[in-house]
Parts: sequence; structure tokens; C-alpha cells
Amino acid sequence: MANSIANALEAPYRFITKAIWEIQSYTLLASRAVANLFTKPIYWREIIFQMDRIGIGSLTIVLLTGFFTGAVLAIQSEGALRRYGAVSMTGQLVSLTLIRELGPVLSALMLAGRIGSGIASELGSMVVSEQINAMRSLGTDPTRRLVTPRMIATIIMLPLLTITCDAMGMLGGWIIAYYKLLISSSQFWSDAMSAMQLSDVVGTLIKPVVFGFIIAMTGCYMGLRTHGGTEGVGRSTTQAVVSSSILVIAADFFLNNLLIYLAPLINT
Amino acid sequence: MIEFQNVYKSFEDEMVLSAISFRINRGETKIILGESGSGKSTILKLILGLIRPDSGQIFIDGQDITQLTERELVSIRRNIGMVFQEGALFDSLSVRENVGYRLSEEGRMGESEIDQAVLQLLGFVGLEEAIDKMPADLSGGMKRRVGIARALVGTPKVVLYDEPTAGLDPITKRVIVELMIKLRDLEGVTSVFVTHDLQAASIIATEYASAGTDGGAKIKPGGDSLCLQNINFIMLQDGLICFEGSYQELMNSTLPYIKTFTA
Repeated sequence: MANSIANALEAPYRFITKAIWEIQSYTLLASRAVANLFTKPIYWREIIFQMDRIGIGSLTIVLLTGFFTGAVLAIQSEGALRRYGAVSMTGQLVSLTLIRELGPVLSALMLAGRIGSGIASELGSMVVSEQINAMRSLGTDPTRRLVTPRMIATIIMLPLLTITCDAMGMLGGWIIAYYKLLISSSQFWSDAMSAMQLSDVVGTLIKPVVFGFIIAMTGCYMGLRTHGGTEGVGRSTTQAVVSSSILVIAADFFLNNLLIYLAPLINT
Repeated sequence: MIEFQNVYKSFEDEMVLSAISFRINRGETKIILGESGSGKSTILKLILGLIRPDSGQIFIDGQDITQLTERELVSIRRNIGMVFQEGALFDSLSVRENVGYRLSEEGRMGESEIDQAVLQLLGFVGLEEAIDKMPADLSGGMKRRVGIARALVGTPKVVLYDEPTAGLDPITKRVIVELMIKLRDLEGVTSVFVTHDLQAASIIATEYASAGTDGGAKIKPGGDSLCLQNINFIMLQDGLICFEGSYQELMNSTLPYIKTFTA
């Protein structure tokens, strides 16, 4: 009887201890990556290289995502707004939806797919080919050399990409509003701008900083814990994309609540 | 110089090393034999402090390294070079940057001085012409030779070799082994050579290098050379040391497990 209870509890016990261990390791890696910013050496060249790779390299997909999302928003909103005779408010709907929510989240999800997977597969390959061990044997801390630059680069570039995504979304929305819904440009843009509050702008800049941290750290963590050869690299890459996407959406929920709570303070 | 005292190591409930104790003196060559998965490479990683033992102590120059932090281990690692399986060269860096990596990181030398040091080391392994190549452009043997050059930066007192001849053709294998012999006999480097390749181990145990009159090195069959009296073998079986002794003792052993290697 006692044995069967022990056997039944073994699986959940293992699951919980593994989950605690993963959270602890993730937190440890993240805190080390942040602490490295306050001590030398800082790999500036690597940071610039990663900024180019993450920022410039992801520009096309973010531009396209933003443009078509804004255009689709304008098209979809027409039906609902027409029912209330409020088609003229398309600019407001597009700008608020994009800047508050879709711009930051979609840019982050695009980056999670492109950069999160890239970081995990690159570091994972370095682990299985013993390059990480070689780096440590040559006196370099891989967290300082590989993780911190990727974290900084993603935190800096994702807000910039989000702003670009928002701008392209507004452009896509304007094109549909002007040519299809026959709304004048001045009405679209004045409506779009007047709807925005300072808390929306703050939100669209704070969210990508948090999302960037999550994407870079999850990619690095999954990459560095790779084991099991090339098959393991594939597994880590998939886990990095799935985990960072879920974490981004979960973080978005908490950030939205926080921003709604802080909005009166920010806007006064 | 290097001493293991009752070291245990396991990975996910599987015991890899049990009660491992041995000593490596300055100038000695320790050859660790055993089949794949017997814990040979784990010993090298423990010496470098890349992993920590579950219990037991590891001394390098009298200092117990098992309790040192990653930062404190850097000074220990400065005196140890490691040649990894397959070379473990950094894919994104050229041969020049790979070999000069440690010097660039230390930041004590200018670019031209680093270049000079890199050329000298590549000259030792006979690969000066590959200085601007990327690791992807090198053959398996060339990668190992660049790996040896990288391990020799800063003239380490100890060089660890993790199966440097695995998967190579006989000619390239011979080139790598001769480099190891030259390092041992002409540079006086303490070596730990992990392998399951008894043929390579036999060459190291029976041949020695001497400086020729033309300044080059010559590899000769051993006899009673002093260089060959400082070579010891360890055989691992299921994480335990099942044999420790000289080359002759190894070849004369009647243990069935050792016979599978020597037969």
C-alpha cells in the first residue's frame, strides 16, 4: 500500500523538483547576465554585431507584419464600425490596437521565432561541439561573452522594431482607410493621434524591453542546456520558440494590468 | 602536480567515475585508456574544473580545485592547455582568431605581437598557410592541429588531449602523435592523453623526439630513452581504475578486459 502511494507520487514529485530546478537555473543565468553589465570586460563589438543581426536582420519581417496587420485591422473594423455609423473612427481603432497591443506582441512573437530559435540553435551547437567548454578552458566566461551581448542587443533593438512595426501598421491602416473606406487623410491621422495617451506610448516602449529580455534569455538558456547531440539542438530550438512565445503572452497579460493600474499616474 | 583523491562523479543517477585516485608528476605522460563511455573524458573535464566531482578532491600544484569559483579557476586553467575531440574550434572565428583567442582575451598584447605568436604556433603544427581560413574549410586532421596550436598558447605546463586521433586516417594520426611526442620531449610538457586507440598510445610509449643537427626534430624508436620512462598507463573499466602501470606491464597483463585491448 505504502509502496503504491510512493510510486504514484514519484512522477509529480520529479516534475515539481525539475520545474523548480529549471526556474532556479534560468534565474541564475539571467542574474549573471545582468550582473556582467557592471564588471569588465564588456564585449562591445559583440553587442554591436548582435544588434545588427537582431535589429537590421529582423527589419523586413517586422515591417511586413506591421503593414499587413494595420491593413487587416482597418478592413476588419469597417464592418463593426459601420453598424454604429462610426467608420470615421478607424484611425483611432487602428492606432490604439496597434500601439497598445498588437505592435509590441507581434514584433516580439516574430523575434521569438527568428532570434530566439537562432540563439538557441547557435549556442546549442556550440555546446554539443564542445566550443563552450573550449571557451571556458581558455579563460572566458560564456555568460559574459555570449549571453550578455545577446540580451543587451535584443533589449535595445526590440523597442525600435516595435516602433517601426507600429508605424508600418498605421501606414497600412491609412492606405485601406483612404483608398477603400474613403476616409480623408487628415481625419484618419488626427483621429489616430488624438486617441493616444502618454500611458500608451510608455506601454509600447516598456513592453518590448521586457519581451526582449525574455526572448534573449530563453534562447540562451535553452541553447546552453542542450544535450544529446544534433537531435538535442533541434529540441532546444523548438523549446526556445515555444517557451519564449508563451512567456511573452503571459508577460503581456501582467504588463497590461500594471499599465492600466499606472495609467492615471502616467497621464497626469 | 595533478592528484585525484577518491573522486566520484555521476550524471543523472549513473555513476561514471568511482573511487578514482592517481597522481601525475611534473613532466610525466599519463595515458588513460578505456572503451567509450568509461569516464575518460570526464577525468579531463574534472582536471580543468569544467565539471565538479560529487565527492573527493582534485589537487593541481597542491591546491584543491574542487571548491574554487569559476573566476578562481581561470588562473589554474592558464597553465593547462586542452585539445578537444574534433578540435572544438570556434566556428565564427578564423584560424588566426582561434589560435590567438586567449591572447586577445587577456588584452596584454598588441595585434602584431599576437599575430607573431599565432604564426609561431601554427609553424609548430605545420599550418602557417591556413592562418586566414575558417574552421569549416579545414579537414579533420587540420582542425586537431589548430586545436593543438590553440592549446599551446601561453606555454602551458600541462596539455590534456581528449581523443585527438579519433576518426583520423593512419597518416594524419601519425602527424598528431608526432606533435604530441615533440611537445613531451622537446618542450617538457606534462601530458594527459585520453584514448581508446592503443596503436597511438603505443607509439607515444615507444618512440621519442630529439633535436636534429639541422634544428628540426627527429622521431626515433625508444629503447631505454629517459623520455619513455616517465610514461604511465591507466585503464578504466566501468568508471573504475582496473590497471595502472607501465607500457610493458600493460602489454603483459593477463586481465581479460585489458587483453581485449592488447590482443
